Amino acid sequence: MQTNFSPAQLADPRVAESEKILRKCVHCGFCTATCPTYVVLGDELDSPRGRIYLIKEMLENGRAADRETVTHIDRCLSCLSCLTTCPSGVDYMHLVDHARIHIERTYKRPFKDRFARAVLAAVLPYPRRFRFALRAAGVTRPLAGLVKRIPWMKTFGVMLDLAPKTVPPASAGTRPATYAAKGERRGRVAILTGCAQPVLKPEINEAAIRLLTGQGIEVVVSAGEGCCGALVHHMGREEQALEAARRNVDIWLKAADDDGLDAVIITASGCGTTIKDYGHMLRLDPGYAEKAAKVSALAKDITEYLAGLELPQREKRGMTVAYHSACSMQHGQKITTAPKELLKRAGFTVREPAEGHLCCGSAGTYNILQSEISEKLKERKVRNIEATKPDVIATGNIGCITQIATGTALPILHTVELLDWAYGGPRPAGL
Amino acid sequence: MPETIGFLKPKQAVLDRRQEIVADLKDLLPKGCLISEERELKPFETDAFLAYRRLPLAVALPETTEQVAAVLKYCSRYGIPVVPRGAGTSLSGGAIPQEDAVVIGLSKMSRILDIDLFNRTATVQAGVTNLNISEAVSGDGFFYAPDPSSQLACTIGGNIGMNSGGAHCLKYGVTTNNLLGVKMVLFDGTVIEVGGKALDAAGYDLLGLVCGSEGQLGIVTEATVRLIAKPEGARPVLFGFASSEAAGACVADVIGAGIIPVAIEFMDKPAIEICEAFAHAGYPLDVEALLIVEVEGSEAEMDTMLQSIIEVARHHGVTTIRECQSALEAALIWKGRKSAFGATGRIADYICMDGTVPLSQLSHVLRKTGEIVAGYGLRVANVFHAGDGNMHPLILYNINDPEDAASAEAAGNDILKLCVDAGGCLTGEHGVGIEKRELMLHQYSRADLDQQMAARAAFDPEWLLNPSKVFPLEGRPAA
Repeated sequence: MQTNFSPAQLADPRVAESEKILRKCVHCGFCTATCPTYVVLGDELDSPRGRIYLIKEMLENGRAADRETVTHIDRCLSCLSCLTTCPSGVDYMHLVDHARIHIERTYKRPFKDRFARAVLAAVLPYPRRFRFALRAAGVTRPLAGLVKRIPWMKTFGVMLDLAPKTVPPASAGTRPATYAAKGERRGRVAILTGCAQPVLKPEINEAAIRLLTGQGIEVVVSAGEGCCGALVHHMGREEQALEAARRNVDIWLKAADDDGLDAVIITASGCGTTIKDYGHMLRLDPGYAEKAAKVSALAKDITEYLAGLELPQREKRGMTVAYHSACSMQHGQKITTAPKELLKRAGFTVREPAEGHLCCGSAGTYNILQSEISEKLKERKVRNIEATKPDVIATGNIGCITQIATGTALPILHTVELLDWAYGGPRPAGL
Repeated sequence: MPETIGFLKPKQAVLDRRQEIVADLKDLLPKGCLISEERELKPFETDAFLAYRRLPLAVALPETTEQVAAVLKYCSRYGIPVVPRGAGTSLSGGAIPQEDAVVIGLSKMSRILDIDLFNRTATVQAGVTNLNISEAVSGDGFFYAPDPSSQLACTIGGNIGMNSGGAHCLKYGVTTNNLLGVKMVLFDGTVIEVGGKALDAAGYDLLGLVCGSEGQLGIVTEATVRLIAKPEGARPVLFGFASSEAAGACVADVIGAGIIPVAIEFMDKPAIEICEAFAHAGYPLDVEALLIVEVEGSEAEMDTMLQSIIEVARHHGVTTIRECQSALEAALIWKGRKSAFGATGRIADYICMDGTVPLSQLSHVLRKTGEIVAGYGLRVANVFHAGDGNMHPLILYNINDPEDAASAEAAGNDILKLCVDAGGCLTGEHGVGIEKRELMLHQYSRADLDQQMAARAAFDPEWLLNPSKVFPLEGRPAA
């Protein structure tokens, strides 16, 4: 579509990139149909096409973000369903990233929002702080109802609802170390420990490491690695996100220098989408652009990597799995068939719920910051999953696991936990 | 860009009362259903005919027929123009507002109300997407036949407004052939029902008049449509040709021989490349033109029809014939075709023509179209419903370059006139909108148009419903 930027504006490489993205949009409207917030709210302002228009206006006028624009951008889940749907190849992901950074720099949110966001950014990416917060939540949960009634504390009430009832102790099986391949070494990978996942469900990476080493893959858990930066990246806190990215890039490249790396394995697809984007995030940093691109090229979702290992076909085990494809998996990374094929090969019967392209409402911190829309999406998702009458739900992202678990009595596991079980690991807890 | 298509001059009296109108409309609608902040109005200033833009006075997003009626009644009482909007996918500017108009968007009315498989009907709210209807009944072996390429997003209300078609209309007909009834709100707020579940209706065929009236007779809030049982099997087959003329002549001969497959779609080389880049459907890239022919029925029926088509195609020197091998492949072939317009955005801006010609003229019009566009120094990609003779040349240009944009528009006008002169018409399915409004006199005589306008005025004597559309601005009756 038509754009109107001055040469001075276009001298900023970010604006130049966004202008290119906007030029590709032909306003056909296809994206509206598969956007979860448009489907739920029925307002074009809460659709990709509406947001693209709002962002275009904001950037063209070079003005500070305003309340209306922020409201509609905040409602975007960044599920990237539009990216899959868009025939013209509009790179909405990087456009909305730019908008979020612009908002963070130019817009002063009301106190309660600033406070909630600051707390989230200071706690979630740090496992020790997060574990402490969850334990504290365990004590204060009875107060959730009361807390939610205090307007500026509402976000914290939602957090209390989402916090798991029990917090597992830090896992011994995923500590920084090199986990040797069983039998002949076929490959060597690093695995992301990350931030929230090891606190909430350490058994996911335990299963991944067990399965990989069992298949002859040496697995490195690097000391000093941490949050991939996605949580703060989606809040527009660019510096904090880039700092996390640089730290991880350095650590993994060192691991690669030590003894080579075939891949950096990620077991949370939300993180995978971001790590695969490090090359882009750090493109303007001359010291890191090339290094980050290298790490992005190494990044692989666990199922993406396992698909290349040709795991043996297992007998049917008479268990039906509803596979929920996380948005970051299917839209962010375009990994659609590998997880289902792996599950089938491992002997499970796989069902695909209707409206599989719609987000479950988790979306990083979205279920905390936009709890009403998130709740609607969760109900819709659970209804579609339960209609397939599964024994268990499998998915590849910790956010979805936490979100969906609060809406159904069905057990929900990471895909790799089921695969590990099928190939000799223990029966997953909760099955 | 210098605008060659005009809009009606906004009524100053309405503009002056803007704040009052907004406040009143807010009272008539639930919270969050009226948009009036300028920044939030911007995204509603255009549709998929995006070279033209007008900021509306306000946007109402009602949730019920009663709310639509309340807003219309208010607007009619105070003489405020109204522009209806479905999903805003119009390629002719049908949903583009004007400064003194209230947009009524049906996007919140997206519920399926009743599925009656016994009587093979579905009753849905106007904001339900075309594809949603088929998806809702697919598990039971049914579908809703008209399938505009934008069916993923476009609404049934918009389909009725434009009498939309689609690839499969060659066999099943367009919207008007599949619509059984509507609930419609007249401009004064009266709610009427036209048609119903039973075939045909006593008295005048008002449904026929409503379908394709581009939102000028009232606002449809519910529709009852015909459901069709899915065929036993369906198979798209790709036919490649060394020239567009050969492909065009082949289509004419297939239809001329009395063979009616479900769909015959045409793509020329530029269109094939564009669609392949998005869908990776495996279209042959070494041909100048491609026909996607879909046959359906039992295996034997499909084979028989296919054999007759192949014979005709051989006669026209077909160079490639590829039968689709799997359901996944078939889905990709259609995904690519149906995303053609949007996918064009990868390489250029475009305007899409919609002229329809008698099949005997197809080859001639294709060739002339290429010459016209080249004459303006522009490129063209052709992707269209060949079996219906419904052509969609996409004129590629750069919207940021005013001269380019003016040339594209001029080329488009020449092509549409060519279609009319070849015995065809201006629009097969996209509607007149603002785009083809001034060309209506090329198609119709004054007397023809006067009669159409008289029918319109019977519903909306003040000419306030979607007023800038369909009829040339000159020569309208004084309201």
